[in-house]
Amino acid sequence: MDDSETAELVYEARDLTKVYHMGEVSVQALRGVDIQLYESELIVLLGHSGSGKSTLLNILGGLDVPSSGEVFYRGSRMSDFSEAELTRYRREHVGFVFQFYNLIPSLTARENVALVTEIARDPMKPEDALALVDLTNRMDHFPSQMSGGEQQRVAIARAIAKQPDVLLCDEPTGALDLETGIKVLEAIDNVNRELGTTTAVITHNSVISDMAHRVIRLLDGQIESIEENDVIRAASELNW
Amino acid sequence: MSALNRKLIRDLLHMKGQAIAIAAVIGCGIAIFIGAQSTHWSLQSARQAYYERNRFPEVFSSLKRAPNSIAGRVRDLPGVRSVVTRIVKGVTLTVPGLEEPAVGKLISYPDRGEPVISTVHLLTGRFPDPLRNGEVLVEEAFASEHGFQQGDKIDAVMNGRLQTLTITGVAMSPEYITTIQPGSLWPDDKRFGIFWMPRRQMEAAFEMEGAFNDIALTLTGNAIEEEVIRLLDRTLAPSGGLGAYGLDLHYSHRFISDELTQLRTMSIIPPTIFLGVAAFLLNVALRRILSLQREQIAALKAFGYSNREIGFHYGGLISAIIALGSILGCLLGIYMGKSMTAMYAEFYRFPITVFKIDFRILIGGVCLSFLAGLAGVVSAVRNAVRIQPAEAMRPEPPPSYEPSFIERMGWHRFLSQAPRMILRELTRRPAKAALTSLGIAFACGILIVGNFGKDAVTFLIDFQFDLQQRQDATLTFYEAVPIRAISSLKHIDGIVSVEPFRSVPVRFRHGQFSRQTSIMGVKEKRELFRLLNTDGQEVPLPDDGLILSSALAGILSAHIGDTVHVEVLEGERAKRKVKVAGVVDDFSGTASYMNIRSLNRLMSEPPVLTGAWISIRDGSSHHVFQELKETPAIAGVTLQKVAVEGFMDSFAENLLHMRMFNVVFACIIAFGVVYNSARVALSERGRELATLRVIGFTRGEVSSILLGELAFLTVIAIPVGFAIGYSLCLFISTALETELYRIPMVLNPPTFAFAAVVVGLAALVSGLLVRRGIDHLDMVSVLKSSE
Repeated sequence: MDDSETAELVYEARDLTKVYHMGEVSVQALRGVDIQLYESELIVLLGHSGSGKSTLLNILGGLDVPSSGEVFYRGSRMSDFSEAELTRYRREHVGFVFQFYNLIPSLTARENVALVTEIARDPMKPEDALALVDLTNRMDHFPSQMSGGEQQRVAIARAIAKQPDVLLCDEPTGALDLETGIKVLEAIDNVNRELGTTTAVITHNSVISDMAHRVIRLLDGQIESIEENDVIRAASELNW
Repeated sequence: MSALNRKLIRDLLHMKGQAIAIAAVIGCGIAIFIGAQSTHWSLQSARQAYYERNRFPEVFSSLKRAPNSIAGRVRDLPGVRSVVTRIVKGVTLTVPGLEEPAVGKLISYPDRGEPVISTVHLLTGRFPDPLRNGEVLVEEAFASEHGFQQGDKIDAVMNGRLQTLTITGVAMSPEYITTIQPGSLWPDDKRFGIFWMPRRQMEAAFEMEGAFNDIALTLTGNAIEEEVIRLLDRTLAPSGGLGAYGLDLHYSHRFISDELTQLRTMSIIPPTIFLGVAAFLLNVALRRILSLQREQIAALKAFGYSNREIGFHYGGLISAIIALGSILGCLLGIYMGKSMTAMYAEFYRFPITVFKIDFRILIGGVCLSFLAGLAGVVSAVRNAVRIQPAEAMRPEPPPSYEPSFIERMGWHRFLSQAPRMILRELTRRPAKAALTSLGIAFACGILIVGNFGKDAVTFLIDFQFDLQQRQDATLTFYEAVPIRAISSLKHIDGIVSVEPFRSVPVRFRHGQFSRQTSIMGVKEKRELFRLLNTDGQEVPLPDDGLILSSALAGILSAHIGDTVHVEVLEGERAKRKVKVAGVVDDFSGTASYMNIRSLNRLMSEPPVLTGAWISIRDGSSHHVFQELKETPAIAGVTLQKVAVEGFMDSFAENLLHMRMFNVVFACIIAFGVVYNSARVALSERGRELATLRVIGFTRGEVSSILLGELAFLTVIAIPVGFAIGYSLCLFISTALETELYRIPMVLNPPTFAFAAVVVGLAALVSGLLVRRGIDHLDMVSVLKSSE
């Protein structure tokens, strides 16, 4: 990106808060969060359910807006983005992976990936993206014909096929068993290493944090701690 | 094909049941629109072509007798283009196989060649030879009713002499597209026929050498019709002109124009209802799809699809359904138009009817359905794409329920869990429940409209012939006869009672309004012919003054107490002022009535009559008719009730045709609405219902929750549907009101019962179809999924 020695700042969030009104209940999901994400790093956001990690990720991804506070993406204030600019931002810069995959059930694996490549600026071929997650032989299957792990890998392929600047993964292994979970994490790891995509992974499984450059812990909508890993383990070496 | 389009196609296939149901409703709307519009257009052009080819006149007048030289003077009137003069005479016919006498109208035809205007269209046979006695052409309707062919013979009493007519051919004329005997309201092709006879033969038979008694004209492009009529009346007055009139009072023309107007009305009202219901269905279905695809929409937005792209995607889904409906509708509409055009063509006897489909009508129909459909879904799509993707990704917050009204009243003791769930669901979203019920109610209403015509016509006939006109036959004389003629009628064995009447052709004027009609002079005390309001109340006949039918009073803008000018169109052509003494609110025609004594005074003539109503003892009709046939003074015998029954036979066939379309369409609506609602409810509450199955509810119990709700909505819908049906009928009866007929607002109990039963059946069938879905609920996967 540039020649400076320190990696470039991708995200900077200052004093974020978020209040949800769900039906008749109000939930304070974020209570003043400051965070920075740098080029090409892989961070893991750890926390119990309700700690605010998904909310934080959604705000970074432009899926949601904070109740107060500011977020900068490469120096641009995201709260200034119009609806159309947010859409373009998601379209061009962000790849998402969700806990429940969110595949379109009426489309095959290849078509689900094509859904994104068709509108992206400089996408990979859907086949290449699926090869990266080792799904070449399942390309023409519908979501209902695939296991959870396979569906999640399709979701990852779909997220990376546009060659995004950032990959945001919300509990990518949350619905998976160990073995398939590892496969999914390998795929994410692979993307981060090979493409240098800045990656944020949400999990409540602390083992996964071993594969991250940095680990950010959230508790009750606030940042509890930020740690840098000295030794980074490959996804295949994880075990829980 | 893009992935999004593929999704569209697969989503469509997935919801094919609903898509077809909605498309079918749209299709019905377009079909009626296209069917009625194209029938209207085809008949209109058929009539136009017929008029042009046979040079249909524009102004008509009958008169007593004028020398042929008058025709030249008429031709010289400003605004007149061409003139044809004719001899027209009524004759009494003895038709083999017909007990009662029939009436014939003989019209002269040039001995050689065609007349300048108003030519006849020869269907079979040849034109009569002017040198042979009694050769005639017969009009097609009368001919086909009796199976007449070239060479057949009929006995006619012409000018008091019995003569045998020989048929040389069958023909038709645009002047007689429908043939209605003067004074009658219904066509009676069995007892009234038109004949064309060479002029020379007519002159000889009726002592009309060098004279005529009927004239018709066409006008120049810039002529003012009223002015020509005024001048013509003045020219013909010395010859006993009976008042000229334009196309608007030409019987056949008016009858068909009314029908075409009604057809036009029918091409607007029902399609509007259908398309409205379709828009509603689309809205409901799409809202459900959108809420089921909440997460997919969120995901699409997360990938960077814009609101517009997503909006277009769902717009495309709806457009596909509308397009399917449009195609179905166009095909069905063309079929319907074809069969209706054929039916009308047979009824009206156009020489050629080509079914024409105007592409503007097709495009108009399709645009209409797209407008209706998209109007129904725009807001649904707009709401769906407006939510923040992160918000959409979370499951919808659990809907808040509360105890229903009935439970709050303390009646919950009587309710088990299932009815409670039904009630709470209904009270949580009353608007949705109301709309579903309203959709079903519309179907019910349309079914009622479908049978309205039958109920109304049956009532009209009963009213007219059991209450109002109770005579067995109406006799008319060639000319006014002295009052003592009654006693000779009374002497005929089998005639129980006789009531005389006198009919006088007049023109009424009141302010700027005028109308040519006739005054019916009747006796004060009558048993056979009564003046009744639509509510059955008898209108008393005053010694002096006029009773106007409500339609005539409307045309003249005259009220009780007003004075109208009466211009008598025969005899001394007296001009008088008469007070309006009453208005009779009747169902048909533009008649007016007076006490026969005061009418005679008005005419300053000794008491005469022009006709009589008679009642006949049971079993004596053969004898009576035989006697009447041999009475030379009698020009015609009309058996109105028999005539109407004959007319109804053919009319009923047409009605049945229309009813069939209506019932099929209403069933489709009822089915479409109920099926759709059930499908939507099933998909909305699949999880809930599956959970119930998991905790041990039987299939039957689970079904009863879902179907119970629908049953409840259907039961509510039926009375609402009755009200909607009644209002629609009221609206239609007003919209279809013409001068000739006013349609009584009558609906019989079987009509309501029929509508209720059909709606119930449609609900049952769609309930059973959805029940299959409930039986196949996948408990495990429903519970495992993320929603």
